[in-house]
Amino acid sequence: MATKVFMEALSPTMEEGRLVKWLKAEGDAVKSGDVLAEVETDKAIMELVARGDGVLRKRLLDEGATSPVSTLIAVIAAKDEDISALTAGAPAAAPKAAAPSPQQSAAALSAQQPAAPASTPAAGTPGPTPHAPSPTAATTRQRSSPLARRLAVERGLDLGSIGGSGPGGRIVKRDVESAPGVTAAPAATRAPVRAASGEDFRDVPLTQIRKTIARRLAESIGPVPTFYLTAEFDLERAAEMRSAMAELGDEYKVSFNDIVMKAVATALAQHPECNAHWLGDHMRYFNRVHLGMAVAVEDGLITPVIFDADRKGLRELALEARELAGRARERRLKPEEYTGSTFSVSNLGMFGIDHFTAIINPPEAGILAIGGIEPKPVVFDGNVVVRRRLRVTMSCDHRVIDGATGARFLQTLRRLLELPLLLTY
Amino acid sequence: MAVVTYRDALNQALREEMQRDDRVFLMGEEVGVYQGAYKVSKGLLQEFGEMRVVDTPITELGFAGIGVGAAMVGLRPVIEFMTWNFALLAIDQVVNSAAKLHYMSGGQFNIPIVFRGPNGAALQLSAQHSQAFESWLAHVPGLKVVSPGTPHDAKGLLKSAVRDDNPVIFFEGEMLYNTKGEVPDEEYLIPIGKADQKREGEHCTIVTYGKSVLLAMPAADQLAREGIRVDVIDLRTVRPMDVDAITASVRKTNRAVVLEEGWEVAGIGAQVVDYIQRDCFDDLDAPVVRVHQADVPMPYAKNLERAAKPDVAKTIAAVKKVMYLE
Repeated sequence: MATKVFMEALSPTMEEGRLVKWLKAEGDAVKSGDVLAEVETDKAIMELVARGDGVLRKRLLDEGATSPVSTLIAVIAAKDEDISALTAGAPAAAPKAAAPSPQQSAAALSAQQPAAPASTPAAGTPGPTPHAPSPTAATTRQRSSPLARRLAVERGLDLGSIGGSGPGGRIVKRDVESAPGVTAAPAATRAPVRAASGEDFRDVPLTQIRKTIARRLAESIGPVPTFYLTAEFDLERAAEMRSAMAELGDEYKVSFNDIVMKAVATALAQHPECNAHWLGDHMRYFNRVHLGMAVAVEDGLITPVIFDADRKGLRELALEARELAGRARERRLKPEEYTGSTFSVSNLGMFGIDHFTAIINPPEAGILAIGGIEPKPVVFDGNVVVRRRLRVTMSCDHRVIDGATGARFLQTLRRLLELPLLLTY
Repeated sequence: MAVVTYRDALNQALREEMQRDDRVFLMGEEVGVYQGAYKVSKGLLQEFGEMRVVDTPITELGFAGIGVGAAMVGLRPVIEFMTWNFALLAIDQVVNSAAKLHYMSGGQFNIPIVFRGPNGAALQLSAQHSQAFESWLAHVPGLKVVSPGTPHDAKGLLKSAVRDDNPVIFFEGEMLYNTKGEVPDEEYLIPIGKADQKREGEHCTIVTYGKSVLLAMPAADQLAREGIRVDVIDLRTVRPMDVDAITASVRKTNRAVVLEEGWEVAGIGAQVVDYIQRDCFDDLDAPVVRVHQADVPMPYAKNLERAAKPDVAKTIAAVKKVMYLE
């Protein structure tokens, strides 16, 4: 009995996948549960496992090629079983994939321009947007009427870029008709990288993660009525605490980011009205604090989640943040590790950004943008002194959080960061 | 064109068909001497005599069966039920005899019979006398089911029903008999199985038939005042149904409301919705909404009866719902 191997939906929002690497060759014996291949989803590189026993008789997708979810990509069958009926009609694996992957085009460019350093994407190159929270898949699927779907296809519109005005956010005809022209694909162009070779431009295909970011950000900036609250905190005491802890030994070393995250989690536990999701026809306030933490990865960003961040000690939180960020950069996060956040933080302080605004990651109601910690002259006890200061901006979904609500949360956060001993309370 | 009542339109149709074909005869309770419980047969006894206008005892199963037998031997009976609620007693003759004999005799017998009478609720006739039976009978292969909503359609369809070689169920309405409308002076027929676009609009389709047309039209008027133009598709015949008329309209408007007098479960509207989802899936911008009687025996109390029946306001609300205007 032959088993068809399909491109599976390996993340909740995955629509197509790129086959990174086959781990079994044609002719290899496989058992149910064996890893057949590594597949790049819109979020991470995942393992595709066999769903039946036998011999991997035919691979129908090349490494580097992309196929939609539910496409037949291989056949497992008994050694002598006739599988021609199964593979007939399926495109035979061709030596060159139709759609070049970023790596392939980069390689091609390298071949033509061997001296061009820009032909390899620089790790950590910031994208055109200062910050984009990674989409979580915690939201329900985008609803749309059959007619809206058909019209969107006819007009070349991406439904994900259109806000729905029907019940439960359903995209209906009028939404498609009022959508601006063909999608501008805001994230399709990356920040230009100056090419030493004299090339005027460099075309880079959209990766799965880039596509998802584009879709989700457009979804956010469109329908989410956002306002921003900025505050500057005095981090002198927190800095002293951090130095004192570091003197105790390496195991006590924490980053400013860890301290801020701990404070945010503690403040959220005290302000559930900010720890909330907007769910179209209702709001959901969370009793637990699952803190999303935006991490820049090679071609985008992702938001791993520190679950129950408010209940974790500073050291535990610091270790977990470091570990998650590391695996995020290797794109080895499991879907459950980057979904389910109730509130997010984004820190660009390490890039020398002293202040920015972040885009809310729906359905979350808020996100906190953390700038860099800088020594600044400030008036303190009637004298101008130099203190280490931090500016944060909270983006709030006004449907959930009102101005005063957000301000009270920032008040608590200020208290916790300016009197960091409270974090031990 | 003369303006006549629904009642008189039916009377004209019967008279014309009885004049045209002496095999046609009318049989039922009070159709003769009393001139019909609703005066549909007024004057027919005098014109055609008691061989062709036959008063029966209160025996629905009996006279329905005599009708089927008469049809088997070549006559063309029109059987009047005082109401379709009483016809439940005759349903074996309708379903097991009239609908089956052509098939089970291998085509040896045609059953050219019309079963007709008022259907659905009137006013405060309570649970046993306020029922709409079109989905019961439309369920049965071998029957044609007609339910006109205007005098014009009633006359043209009754004449076609009498001339049809198959059993035809003809639903009238106590609340329809007094309604008036234009009826051509010259003879005309309306084919069974052909819907009529009663109103043209591009925003939403209302599919309806029978007495509910009288709700759909004022609803369409009120909606038009708000700038919402609806297509009103009057099916006129519920079996065979004019699916092309429904789908052509829904493809244009992308939205549909199905309005009927009867109950929701297994109603005619459910069948209409099925055709729409089958043929117009990619044209729909909203789930189809149905308007129908509440899922209860019809209450006697006036206020409860009003609440249970479909009405103009419920129809307007349904149109607004499918247009996302709530």
